[in-house]
Amino acid sequence: MAQPLVKKDDDQEDEEYSPFLGIEKGAVLQEARVFNDPQLDARRCSQVITKLLYLLNQGETFTKVEATEVFFAVTKLFQSKDTGLRRMVYLMIKEISPSADEVIIVTSSLMKDMNSKTDMYRANAIRVLCRITDGTLLTQIERYLKQAIVDKNPVVASAALVSGIHLLQTNPEIVKRWTNEVQEAIQSRAALVQFHALALLHQIRQSDRLAVSKLVTSLTKGSVRSPLAQCLLIRYTSQVIRDSSMNSQTGERPLSDYLEACLRHKADMVIVEAARAITEFSGVTSRELTPAITVLQLFLSSSKPVLRFAAVRTLNKVAMTHPLAVTNCNIDMESLISDQNRSIATLAITTLLKTGNESSVDRLMKQISNFMSDIADEFKIVVVDAIRSLCLKFPLKHRSLMNFLSNILREEGGFEYKKAIIDSIVILIRDIPEAKETGLFQLCEFIEDCEFTYLSTQVLHFLGNEGPKTSDPSKYIRYIYNRVILENATVRAAAVSTLAKFGSIVESLKPRIFVLLRRCLFDSDDEVRDRATLYLNTLGWDGSVGEIDKGVKEFLFGALDVPLVNLEASLRSYEPSEEPFDLSAVPKEVKSQPLTEKKAPSKKPPSFGVSANGPTSPIDAYEKLLSSIPEFSSFGQLFKSSAPVELTEAETEYAVNVVKHIFSGHIVFQYNCTNTIPEQLLENVVVIVDASDAEEFAEVTSKPLKTLPYDSPGQTFVAFKKPDGLPSTGRFSNLLKFIVKEVDPATGEAEEEGVEDEYQLEDLEVVAADYMLRVSVLNFKNAWESMGPDYERIDEYGLGVRESLAEAVTAVINILGMQPCEGTDVVPNNARSHTCLLSGVFIGNVKVLVRLSFGIDGPKQVAMKLAVRSEDEAISDAIHEIVANG
Amino acid sequence: MQEPYPSVKNILLLDSEGKRVAVKYYADDWPTQAAKLAFEKSVFTKTQKTNARTEAEIAMFDGYIVVYKFIQDLHFFVTGGDNENELILATVLQGFFDAVGLILRNNVDKRTALENLDLILLCLDEIIDGGIILETEASVIAGKTTSDSLDGMSSLSEQTISQALATAREHLARSLLK
Repeated sequence: MAQPLVKKDDDQEDEEYSPFLGIEKGAVLQEARVFNDPQLDARRCSQVITKLLYLLNQGETFTKVEATEVFFAVTKLFQSKDTGLRRMVYLMIKEISPSADEVIIVTSSLMKDMNSKTDMYRANAIRVLCRITDGTLLTQIERYLKQAIVDKNPVVASAALVSGIHLLQTNPEIVKRWTNEVQEAIQSRAALVQFHALALLHQIRQSDRLAVSKLVTSLTKGSVRSPLAQCLLIRYTSQVIRDSSMNSQTGERPLSDYLEACLRHKADMVIVEAARAITEFSGVTSRELTPAITVLQLFLSSSKPVLRFAAVRTLNKVAMTHPLAVTNCNIDMESLISDQNRSIATLAITTLLKTGNESSVDRLMKQISNFMSDIADEFKIVVVDAIRSLCLKFPLKHRSLMNFLSNILREEGGFEYKKAIIDSIVILIRDIPEAKETGLFQLCEFIEDCEFTYLSTQVLHFLGNEGPKTSDPSKYIRYIYNRVILENATVRAAAVSTLAKFGSIVESLKPRIFVLLRRCLFDSDDEVRDRATLYLNTLGWDGSVGEIDKGVKEFLFGALDVPLVNLEASLRSYEPSEEPFDLSAVPKEVKSQPLTEKKAPSKKPPSFGVSANGPTSPIDAYEKLLSSIPEFSSFGQLFKSSAPVELTEAETEYAVNVVKHIFSGHIVFQYNCTNTIPEQLLENVVVIVDASDAEEFAEVTSKPLKTLPYDSPGQTFVAFKKPDGLPSTGRFSNLLKFIVKEVDPATGEAEEEGVEDEYQLEDLEVVAADYMLRVSVLNFKNAWESMGPDYERIDEYGLGVRESLAEAVTAVINILGMQPCEGTDVVPNNARSHTCLLSGVFIGNVKVLVRLSFGIDGPKQVAMKLAVRSEDEAISDAIHEIVANG
Repeated sequence: MQEPYPSVKNILLLDSEGKRVAVKYYADDWPTQAAKLAFEKSVFTKTQKTNARTEAEIAMFDGYIVVYKFIQDLHFFVTGGDNENELILATVLQGFFDAVGLILRNNVDKRTALENLDLILLCLDEIIDGGIILETEASVIAGKTTSDSLDGMSSLSEQTISQALATAREHLARSLLK
């Protein structure tokens, strides 16, 4: 039989011919009356449905009444035996998605089709019915669905399985009863049935880690045939690996052999999936990486753009954490810079910028310059960010990189792009002293012709801070005063402040600045006039103040040395009282990464390898929590809260982790407990801490947790007294004690009587790093010199054999718990030696600076020189002790 | 985090001016008609100048991965989330592309596609169900779409021949009636 063709047999055979030319909703709805004819014309009806679907597809909408009418008319068509028409009816019903009371009309017809002898009817009826049905109806058809899952026709089985995946969202308890059938379907010989069955079974069991682990282990032994199912299995395998590595410290990954074998699969999609899974292991080693990188490298020169893209995207991600591992691909990567596909080219460039070494920078910059003009702004921002990190890595190359930035700054571009460039230049000026003069000059040039007020004011503010400290501050005045003449009020006001800063710092410029400021007194804008007046008077233009008072300077231009977020939080919690707000009580802990990283775009990045923003520290929440507990209110200001330390294995009955809160003379352990047994309710939960291995600590109080129901975490606290201001260390053993009550799962009610029980937790240690705050300094060199060598302590250490220099550097940083400065935590490729700069604040508010020099020799022996400067001799010694004992 | 199973966010078939021939959305990422049209416009303009006629091309923007392929005045697109395996999306695209070729018997252009819109829509319905990949093998998709007595596994060559005969007969009949 002929298939129904949609043909309007009009004679308009002109160029614009379309079967749907001049189609109108009203007219088509009229046409739909043919559905009611006693003698159905299947062909005609199909045409009308196609027209209705066309209208819907073009974005036309039907009113409720129209939709209902169409739906009822369409249901009449179940009388027809024409298969083509029946297919269109199925489609139409899915598109209209009828309301619950309408569904009943078609249910019986669809159920009849579900049991039809025609497989096509069965498969489609299942999909339609499951799409429109609700829970009550589902119980009626459940029996048929279970049969369909194991149907010998793969199309029917797949239809039922896919419907199961959808239904699991709305009716999980019903779908979970199909486990046996789904398990049988996994063994199917049909590729897609296996894929759908595996997806459904995993969805059913996803909350049960053990079951997923068993499923994966049995399937990886090799009964999965289709590439799609392999991809699923790889995803589930890496999930199992992720979960298991959390509680085993051995470093061996189960199942990683399977993933490695998948790298040799014949389907590209499986290889890519496996390579990606391997590169995303947490703490992946170079031995694990190598085979994955090798296959991806081959894909880089594939003729298929999709494959090149997949490879370069994955390598780009790897380059963020393991630049060394990707360097082998650099030659292939360079040829991708000229790739027709701009997404691929951008990824290649940013990867190269991450992995490149110092000697290749100049060549790379030349290649990129040609490329920059023909890509979109969003790609350019990605490139600018990559160049900034490169410049921080190779400060010696600042000239060519700064040159590049200033060139692109002069070109056309939107606000976000320009902002990214300005931010980069500002960061480079701050961190690379040699780049300062050129950088400032570039910024001056930029504001001469800048259409963005925000950027102009930002640059002016920065000029005010940095300009006066240069060798010849006077040359910047012209650029700044031009702003007062030419720009809008906001920029003028900013320029006035900048001028005043120059005047206050550079004595020789003062008279000239006064002349300029006096002119501003006649500005048309009041803010500009007010600022000019304020500065003129406080800086003493009339000669009344000889030497500018330090307090005045501090008031006018002093930098706020607390993070604004912290200040905001403290101000919010401040209650009006006799006691004035104390700025020094605001915590100074830096919340996220150092400044250079914070500037990375924080909105959803186009995912070109911009690292995810670090988790914001929950210190605010801790502070709020602790201050709400009266027992701890006398402990004073919270110094530091550690990251949670797990005290139980994963998948145990009770999950407990602990957060160490350090106060000057006290320490509070916050035990976060979770009860993972639905049939239990815990009461009077308390942790018994044995501090016999921690002599300097004495328990003062503990705060039990009244009830701990299933799956809702709660906290119990134990507080210790310790010598004031000293970094006392020790080991504590913990025992969880509680009263357990059985809970009836049906009613959710707990029994009256409970039984006392206890549960051994792992030991907990307080180490010296717990007393160190990560606080960064903007200019390490200045800070180091101003600290002076009085309490400097230098010593050398052998670190033994290490995997790499980078690994040794990271290890020492973690032991000390200090903040790496100026990006020195990144170790360049192939480096034989490295210097790492760290800063922090030790308990008692003692500033500490550390300069670490590392060297590695052939057999990977790492040696380290540790130089400490601090404000206290004892602390300098203590830092050495930490390292010596670490 | 990766999705538990590969999923497709939409499939678009646009003409050479970016207008819809047939589109199907499976995700709520574009809740309104305006959002959908804006996405289509952006996809179309960003890919318009590329040459995706021999090999499928790929682009990434707004946090989505789009694979696409063009033929005559038709532009085929498949969109997935930014963590999706590109090769899987490309397989779906290829399945759709080839299936349309089979259904339209290699006369793949906008006009033929619109004339056979019912088959194109059925074809989409057989490839993806609510974002989940249902079938990627072009011959199976085309077979399920066109065959009247279907058992899912029947060989394609047989079908196309019988269909070709049927159509030829129909054409003959029509010309006689004129």
